[in-house]
Amino acid sequence: MTDVTLRVWRGDASGGDFEEYVTEQNEGEVVLDLIHRIQATEAPDLACRWNCKAGKCGSCAAEINGKPRLLCMTRMDQLPEGPVTVTPMKTFPIIRDLVTDVSFNYRMAEKVPALLPPPMPEEGYRMFQEDVERGQEFRKCIECFMCQDVCHVIRDHEENKTNYAGPRFFIRYAELEMHPLDTNDRRDFIREEAGLGYCNITKCCTEVCPEHIKITDNAIIPLKERVVDAHYDPVAWLGRKIRRKTKTKAADAAVQPAP
Amino acid sequence: MSTTERATQVVLGGTRGGPDVPTLRTDRWWLQPVVTVSILTAFVIYSTWSAFNPHNYYAGAALGRDLISPFYSPCLASSCAAGSRAGFFLQGWPLSPALLILIFPLGFRLTCYYYRRSYYRAFWWSPPACAVSDKHATYSGETRFPLIMQNAHRYFFYAGLVFNALLTYDAIRAFHQPGIGWGVTVGTLVLTLNATLLWLYSLSCHACRHLCGGQVKSFKAAPIRYRLWKLVTPLNARHMNFAWASLIFVALTDVYVRLVASGAITDLRLF
Ligand code: SF4
Ligand code: SF4
Ligand code: FES
Ligand code: FES
Repeated sequence: MTDVTLRVWRGDASGGDFEEYVTEQNEGEVVLDLIHRIQATEAPDLACRWNCKAGKCGSCAAEINGKPRLLCMTRMDQLPEGPVTVTPMKTFPIIRDLVTDVSFNYRMAEKVPALLPPPMPEEGYRMFQEDVERGQEFRKCIECFMCQDVCHVIRDHEENKTNYAGPRFFIRYAELEMHPLDTNDRRDFIREEAGLGYCNITKCCTEVCPEHIKITDNAIIPLKERVVDAHYDPVAWLGRKIRRKTKTKAADAAVQPAP
Repeated sequence: MSTTERATQVVLGGTRGGPDVPTLRTDRWWLQPVVTVSILTAFVIYSTWSAFNPHNYYAGAALGRDLISPFYSPCLASSCAAGSRAGFFLQGWPLSPALLILIFPLGFRLTCYYYRRSYYRAFWWSPPACAVSDKHATYSGETRFPLIMQNAHRYFFYAGLVFNALLTYDAIRAFHQPGIGWGVTVGTLVLTLNATLLWLYSLSCHACRHLCGGQVKSFKAAPIRYRLWKLVTPLNARHMNFAWASLIFVALTDVYVRLVASGAITDLRLF
């Protein structure tokens, strides 16, 4: 057992500052344990969100020593010696202390054009293992929104928020775009409404994701390439024209009565 | 206003918590940008010097070798050193022959997703590191000219494949030493390793992964493209390593050929 100093940001929309707490630290403890100890001893009014304490609900996202981390998954013994700073996520409006208003993300979730499956065939829909596996990674997301928090597009430029879905939703778009039973073409939407072009693939979202989702490599870049297909690649455009023609022809042939 | 309209409104300008400072990080976040700037600057200086010094880029028959620097292949000017010239060439090109071709590998690397990540961070500070403020008053990412041109990456990828094929051909040719016959020299190994790294860099490219199979909606419906995609995906995960290795090695290959061609060292024949 040792004593450590935690510098916790306390405040709300009217302002705030760091408070220092010296508290005991036992072997194996995570930052959330110490926050709870501070609540139990010195500061019962310290606000902090948490639920599972197992890295699965995403509620306890905050910033530790300046980096977005889950309070419940950051072990004290992995942090460097010296005082530990704990601050709320910077990108979202503050409610109180470590609690932020993450509703920006819910607004962006509402904007995602839904899955649009083709009419149900008689034998029902079928999905094959290789196609199921493809989106598996994206479904691991626990919606901690730390990727949204770290993304400089909105972290440093509040005005971009109206027009930017952010990495958490880019993985959702990617999942839908890679869904074999989806007929919705979101590529224009992704470019114009979801603001994919604002992302400059600097990979901070990937660096902070507690589920180790390869957000940039497996979702954002594949989406950027899809937008290139739709908008910036004349060869792909020509290919589509030709293919569409042959497809219509095939469809015409299909309705011809058998001789 | 309908409910959906109300629901999708994004509220801007809420007061943020935490102190208003560029970063609270205390680790050495600046180390990575410093390393990137150092290596890329060194490469740009060296390759510019090399491109503007059209001497000693080819060790030819006089030395019993057929080694060409990757910065000068294909050599497309009538002024190219004897034996180094490609089948097709430009009469009377007054400048260094390297300047005719370098735009392709340069464009390929400039528009590469990995290098973009690196130079946006290290040179443009957009952002310099994660959770460190970017240094710009406004930000439009890759939505406007000139950065919207990054979308041309796949064309440079195609061009890169042609260059890889040519450099592979150079490497194979190097194994036949004029006046001596087939044999392995250090130079042949250097050229072969260089071509291999360039292939690995190209095949691990994100555009390549997309074009191989990433593009399709259903893997089940496109089994061959799925197989290709599965083949390049593990390479793609190492794209960063191949990007650095091939960059550094292409410069070292140029150095090696120059040393041999200038007579500073002899290209050792192994067997
Ligand atoms: S890679 Fe794109 S989405 Fe992810 S943090 Fe960087 S700018 Fe934001
Ligand atoms: S993608 Fe990762 S960082 Fe982003 S919300 Fe989901 S789990 Fe959190
Ligand atoms: S409390 Fe659930 S993720 Fe930390
Ligand atoms: S070469 Fe790096 S992504 Fe294409």
